[in-house]
Amino acid sequence: MQIIVNGKEEVLEKSTDILAFLQSKKLEPDTVVVELNGLIIEKNRFPETLLKSRDQVEILRFVGGG
Amino acid sequence: MNLSAPDLFSPEKDALIIGGHSLSSRLFVGTGKYPSDTLIPGVLAASGSEVITVALRRVDMNATTDNVMQHIPSNIRLLPNTSGARTAEEAVRIARLANAMGCGNWIKIEVISDNRYLLPDGYETVKATEILAKEGFVVLPYVNADLMIARSLVSAGAAAVMPLGAPIGSNRGLQTKEMLRILIEEISLPIIVDAGIGKPSQACEAMEMGAAACLVNTAIAGAGDPVAMAQAFGQAVAAGRKAFLAGEAAVSPGRAYASSPLTGFLS
Repeated sequence: MQIIVNGKEEVLEKSTDILAFLQSKKLEPDTVVVELNGLIIEKNRFPETLLKSRDQVEILRFVGGG
Repeated sequence: MNLSAPDLFSPEKDALIIGGHSLSSRLFVGTGKYPSDTLIPGVLAASGSEVITVALRRVDMNATTDNVMQHIPSNIRLLPNTSGARTAEEAVRIARLANAMGCGNWIKIEVISDNRYLLPDGYETVKATEILAKEGFVVLPYVNADLMIARSLVSAGAAAVMPLGAPIGSNRGLQTKEMLRILIEEISLPIIVDAGIGKPSQACEAMEMGAAACLVNTAIAGAGDPVAMAQAFGQAVAAGRKAFLAGEAAVSPGRAYASSPLTGFLS
């Protein structure tokens, strides 16, 4: 199935929860914030939130800025 | 309250209170544009700053990038900005996402749709401030040095007003000096001069005028030695604050006025 992550298409072989997806991308869950179809997903809900076909996912982190 | 001089001049007694939080340093620093983020702990230690700004951006899924947060000590207050927002709606979205990072409820509202001068949109900034203040954020909006916008921000529930001295990253100093003076005089909230400060002397001047604090990024990050420059800014801000509290002596136009007695000369 296809999802859109940060504006780019990603293909998932099977349904995956957010925590597993982040881990597959070598991202520490504590260092990012995730928005799924426009809704913020609290970190404690990463393991139980499954990604579905055509989901729009935004994964953000803090970077240097003024 | 009648403070004696030593009390008045101790940073603890002259704390800056923002959103109920007491700060002894009146210099806020940014984390952008450093040659290496590993300089950030040294900049914080040398400047004494207790507040630092960060931005929120998409993770690049195809690159392993350094995490700026690993360079920021946990006792430092994080002030995420809403850079990238072009409307109030986008600023609110970024603020909520920043809050979900779990690093506090302070937010610097930055709504910019002008790409050449990066000047803030006052109307959208006021709208975002109103929404976020109601949600419990400690809102520090970046705005033009404009009295009417500042008054609207007071009504909207801002915790401070952050007018620009000059366009972002320009290092041109207090180009808005007269308007800053009016804001300091008229607005009851802390006035934090943000953007454009290029040299410690300019930060010092803002503090001498009665600004509550200064936010400096480019002038430190772009310095030959950012850590040494951070220390110079920390000292300049403290000196300017002390001078403001001390009350400057009167300016006399025209002729000179002798500092030494005009009697008892050798004959």
